[in-house]
Amino acid sequence: MGEMKDIVLEYIIDEYLDEDDEDEVSYDSPLISSGIVDSFSMVSLKRFLENKYKITLPDEEATPEAFDTVNSICKLVQKHLG
Amino acid sequence: MAFDNKTRTLFADEIQQIRNDGLYKEKRFICSEQDAEIEVEFPEGAEHKKVLNFCANNYLGLSSHPDVIKAAHEGLDKRGYGMSSVRFICGTQDIHRELQNRVSAFLGMEDTLLFPSCMDANSGVFEAVLGQEDVIIADRLIHASLVDGIRLCSAEYDTFKHMNMDHLKKKLELHQNKRVRMVVTDGVFSMDGDLAPLDEMVDLCNRYNAMLLVDDSHASGFIGKTGRGTHEHFGVMDGVDIITTTFGKGLGGASGGCVSGRKEIVELCRQKARPYLFSNSLAPPIVNASIKVIDLISSSTERRDKLEWNTGYFRKKMEEAGLNMRPGETPIVPVMLYNAKLANDMARDMYAEGIYVIGFFFPVVPAGKARIRVQLSAAHEKEHIDKCVEAFRKVGDKYGILGMGKDEIIEKYGT
Repeated sequence: MGEMKDIVLEYIIDEYLDEDDEDEVSYDSPLISSGIVDSFSMVSLKRFLENKYKITLPDEEATPEAFDTVNSICKLVQKHLG
Repeated sequence: MAFDNKTRTLFADEIQQIRNDGLYKEKRFICSEQDAEIEVEFPEGAEHKKVLNFCANNYLGLSSHPDVIKAAHEGLDKRGYGMSSVRFICGTQDIHRELQNRVSAFLGMEDTLLFPSCMDANSGVFEAVLGQEDVIIADRLIHASLVDGIRLCSAEYDTFKHMNMDHLKKKLELHQNKRVRMVVTDGVFSMDGDLAPLDEMVDLCNRYNAMLLVDDSHASGFIGKTGRGTHEHFGVMDGVDIITTTFGKGLGGASGGCVSGRKEIVELCRQKARPYLFSNSLAPPIVNASIKVIDLISSSTERRDKLEWNTGYFRKKMEEAGLNMRPGETPIVPVMLYNAKLANDMARDMYAEGIYVIGFFFPVVPAGKARIRVQLSAAHEKEHIDKCVEAFRKVGDKYGILGMGKDEIIEKYGT
């Protein structure tokens, strides 16, 4: 789980933050509710998770709430990894 | 079903939540023509107040221009009030065709199709043109109407960081296996007033075989030396495949929009775009007035030149007064305050000083980037701008932010 959290965190920093961004993101930082990731651009994160972990995340589960922190994202991925 | 108390409470609670979140939009009534000087009833029932308008999209000051009003009257007299039809049944007049041809020539495009609004153009264009084998790659800060249109389309979509060309390049490389790639951006972004780097985007689209769609609603008529838009500004008139734009801002300010571009794309919209097929034709007075607008701005650059001067003068005076602005060159000037309450309070005090501006904050703009958005117009005279700057100086002084940069304002008020 720890390794997955680092992978997801690294992707989020690379995909959503600019080099001059002052936001610091940790495992429990709010992503959607803080505006770092918006519901429109969340699609790249979902695609990354599906490709990386060879899973399918149903739209009804890939909600802004489920994607709001690295912790909650990894919990959702773990559930689908079985 | 009856609208019983339980149902009513359900909706009333939602409205209350919007109020609690500070996102409730108050009613404001303009009791005059749209112009630089307007009369406003706010709050509802209050006496009319004369204020200077610095928050309209009336960039070229044509909303109440006598020639435009006269042309609207002529359209009404010669072609009637409405079409009572969608375009393809019996809703297309000769003046609809003429406006489409005039817009194509003005924007330098092969063909144009009118829509009831640019919101409709953006809602319809993607679904009409792209399918499941294709991908849309969009700037993250595109207008909400483009987001809605992209979501209505079966093509896959992806996003890139705002105006970040390295990130766009990475996404274009990632999606080389798709049938068609379409890159989507605003020409001028409505909240920040920044210009999408279309020269670099055209270059990337050529290198990675992608089409480029630009929503130029906040640019058509005044960006570029002859007001053709963002593609003229960057010298890439031939490089943009599709432009969507509106007649509701610089180009007269009434309503209506269009898709302008490669003739096959426009033809597909004519055959398949749902807002075109299932919504009424643009009304004849608006069509005729829009033709007059194209006449006016094709024959002289006087109005866009005045707007450019007004923008430069406003920025210079605001800088001298010590206000903190996002750098830029378009008539959208964000006065950065970072704190939502500060933006709201200052906008309210500006109104008391006779200047109509609005504060914007999350989720309309990113968290911690609250601002008052000022929009210049060719209808503004120098004395209007002086009065606006003086009000900003007075209100800014009251809140102790004059001469402060970002860090100092955040230190004083937080985000």
